[in-house]
Amino acid sequence: MRYVPNSAEERAKMLEEIGVTSIEELFSSIPEHLRLKKLLDLPPARSEAELIIFFKEVAAKNANLVSFLGAGVYNHFRPIIIDTIISRSEFYTTYTPYQPEIAQGTLQAIFEYQTMICQLTGMEVANASMYDGSTALAEALLMAVRITKRRKVLLPQALHPDYRQVVETYMKRGGIVYEYVPFSISGITNADAIAADTSTAAVVIQSPNFFGIIEDISAVAEKAHAAGSLLIAVVTEAISLALLKSPGECGADIVVGEGQSFGVPVGFGGPHVGFFASKTKFQRQMPGRLIGQAYDATGKRGFVITLATREQHIRREKASSNICTNQGLCMLMSTVYLATMGRRGLREVALQNVAKATYAARSIAELQGYKLMFDAPFFNEFVVKTPIPADQIVERLASEGILAGVALGRFYGGLENALLVCVTEQNTRQQIDDLIAGLRHFAEEQ
Amino acid sequence: MEKIKKVSRHITQNEPLLFERSRPGAVGYKLPPLDVPAIEPQEVIGSKLLRNDDLEGLPELSEPDVVRHFIRLSTWNYATDLGMFPLGSCTMKYNPKINEWAARLEGFTESHPMAPESAVQGSLEIIYLAQELLKEITGMAAVTVQPAAGAHGEMTGIMMIRAHLEKQGNARKKVLIPDSAHGTNPASAVICGYAVETIPSDKRGLTDLAELEKRMDDTVAGLMLTNPNTLGLFEENIEQICKLVHERGGLVYMDGANMNALCGITRPGDMGVDVLHMNLHKTMSTPHGGGGPGAGPVAVSATLEPYLPVPLVVKQGEQFRFDYDRPDSIGRVKAFYGNFLVLVRAVCYILSLGPDGLKLNTEAAVLNANYLAHHLRNTYEIPYDGKIMHEVVFSDKNQLKYGVRNGDIAKRLIDYGFHPPTMSFPLIVPGALMVEPTESESRQELDLFIDAMKSIAREAEENPDLVKNAPYSTRIGRLDEVSAARNPILRWHPSQE
Repeated sequence: MRYVPNSAEERAKMLEEIGVTSIEELFSSIPEHLRLKKLLDLPPARSEAELIIFFKEVAAKNANLVSFLGAGVYNHFRPIIIDTIISRSEFYTTYTPYQPEIAQGTLQAIFEYQTMICQLTGMEVANASMYDGSTALAEALLMAVRITKRRKVLLPQALHPDYRQVVETYMKRGGIVYEYVPFSISGITNADAIAADTSTAAVVIQSPNFFGIIEDISAVAEKAHAAGSLLIAVVTEAISLALLKSPGECGADIVVGEGQSFGVPVGFGGPHVGFFASKTKFQRQMPGRLIGQAYDATGKRGFVITLATREQHIRREKASSNICTNQGLCMLMSTVYLATMGRRGLREVALQNVAKATYAARSIAELQGYKLMFDAPFFNEFVVKTPIPADQIVERLASEGILAGVALGRFYGGLENALLVCVTEQNTRQQIDDLIAGLRHFAEEQ
Repeated sequence: MEKIKKVSRHITQNEPLLFERSRPGAVGYKLPPLDVPAIEPQEVIGSKLLRNDDLEGLPELSEPDVVRHFIRLSTWNYATDLGMFPLGSCTMKYNPKINEWAARLEGFTESHPMAPESAVQGSLEIIYLAQELLKEITGMAAVTVQPAAGAHGEMTGIMMIRAHLEKQGNARKKVLIPDSAHGTNPASAVICGYAVETIPSDKRGLTDLAELEKRMDDTVAGLMLTNPNTLGLFEENIEQICKLVHERGGLVYMDGANMNALCGITRPGDMGVDVLHMNLHKTMSTPHGGGGPGAGPVAVSATLEPYLPVPLVVKQGEQFRFDYDRPDSIGRVKAFYGNFLVLVRAVCYILSLGPDGLKLNTEAAVLNANYLAHHLRNTYEIPYDGKIMHEVVFSDKNQLKYGVRNGDIAKRLIDYGFHPPTMSFPLIVPGALMVEPTESESRQELDLFIDAMKSIAREAEENPDLVKNAPYSTRIGRLDEVSAARNPILRWHPSQE
């Protein structure tokens, strides 16, 4: 076996040295009848050459199409140096930095990540990462319940459907009540319909929302705060933070989201990286790891895991969360991405997204039989009203080499003729024009 | 330093924070020119919704700046590719490079979770394979690969137990957890709305059957048991334990963090457990990544199968598709379908080992742990010295009389070129040093570790201060963690410069 250094002879010698006659003897504490009498029924071991052929074949079964899919997972450019850096063994074959003297590389990178998440979200403190945006939101809600000691939360209908499902799973088992706030005909969450009261722990707002629409977070924050509730802002398209007023500036108490857009591969939905930011006054209620600055006896600066008394390995059932392993390497991808794109690049990416999405949306709206479903401002995604059910358009154009968008019928009753289209800096004008030509087709068929 | 055989000193470069390195006007990127009309965001979005800070504070760096920055940081880390990383219960084994190659195939990295099933058959096949392979390895009826990490899997498992009991009419109030359990167990049970009651271990370090008998009543939803437990001991009475819990209407959750001691030798499904999670970043060699991403698939018995999170991947003829039609499902625990690219790595690993390789790994891992225990037993106390499996828990009892604690021994190990073991855990062992060598260590590396540990024990006796002030070879000394927690500085501010 190529991954076990000790040869059969060496293993035999070691057994002899420790005074054991057979390897089976080492497993004698397992009742005899529970020990397998035969090998597991698994495929036989494959050589590296065979594995290469096998995985190339499986990967090739995924179609290579021009994509206008977003909906929480975005196709942005990833600088090559991200993979160069995260492929350093010192980063990817190490673990949680429990021993700071020999983990300063990881610790400093997390401190830098925490700083940049604070800068982008407009918050005071950010943790070292959560599993993804959806679980970060569920944890934010549990945190709001702990802080306010109230047990009801308000969620927007325009929240990402997977996030809704995840939150529902967490809330049900925790005995927390949730209610939904509808969206208006403009696609914006209806602030007037937010009935926060003294039992409401938190009001959630996603911006840009699932339809790509930029929400008025400040207006929702006012509603929440008037009832003494916390405002939780969710961001699934992190690139938008480079252009839009930060949730913190709009009055959010907790900002969570999906950091995938910052240099993490689409990867069929994971691993991605959840970010979690809040205010200093709530930091002791936060879930997850926090890295802080510290000094050694000679005055040298370093970084350590801090405020660990919130965490499960110390507080056990009284911990602020059960999270342990999080998304370290994806967090590092984001840190490298943010450092490489930097202050100027982030804004340029965001502007290109707005320009290309606007070009696509305007062009599609001019097509006969199509129009934009909502009239509120959007970032890089928008909903198109389609002349025939959108899932049919998606299937047909997929066979012609284009993933046109996400058909919304399976997520929202009544939106069968609605297509969520995402355009990023990765989509060329030619691709957009091809999409428009493809869509034109269906109108002509009517 | 002559007695230290494994390492010698090496230059280590200083490196400021990104923000301190930043210089106005430096750029490290170039985008293709915009090929559609430029848009003023004020026109389409409106200035009220736009930020006006010009992203001040974010770094401005060239590409070589960024590369040097992070490569310098990387040299400050210890890693499994550099040497033995014996963190107990973390299974820091070798991460095969073919796994990394497979997970970076563009067909996988660019497949989109919202694409039609027909366009992602390759990704669905990987998920299906992962489900099937893990079913066989655990001997359970069904598997979900959605949970993102071990603790997430625990939560998912307890939610399923709760859903099952609720369906039967009574969710019950609490979960029993042995005092040797990982801290995530109680924290996960609490998220699912359960109170936690601790079960003491018996003199041998195993679950105390008499205590279980006493506490297992109709208010108890189930038992969370790590097997082998965190002392590295197999719970010999596992069948009686399962039987007792079942007879009284509860279910058994097995924490599979230590599956590296069992794969190919025995199967949880044959022991009577109802649900377990596995940590693919431990047993199945996917990299720990400096703290994730992991993956925590959950395997269940037929009783709990209806409650698995949606969706599962099923095979129909030669096609793979998602199955959302599961009315009793607890719902979703994570957006999309789990840490997919981690699954690619794990599947690659299992296929590279085959059934005989998997079994050999387990044997080699258990042999390595026993080899260490054998050679260090007379130097360091092993408080629960039973039939050790994949890991061994020492204590600092013999060294404490010289004023040297486990934390000092750990720091001194760094000078000898090793990552320290897991410290002060499990909680039932005062001054614990929990060592898991894994199958990836050669006898030569194990011998160096044994030498180092014996040498440190001698130093503790002859020159305790030498050990108490370690490490000496690192770029920074012990950090003042108390001050850091009292006045936390959790981000950089411009004023710090």
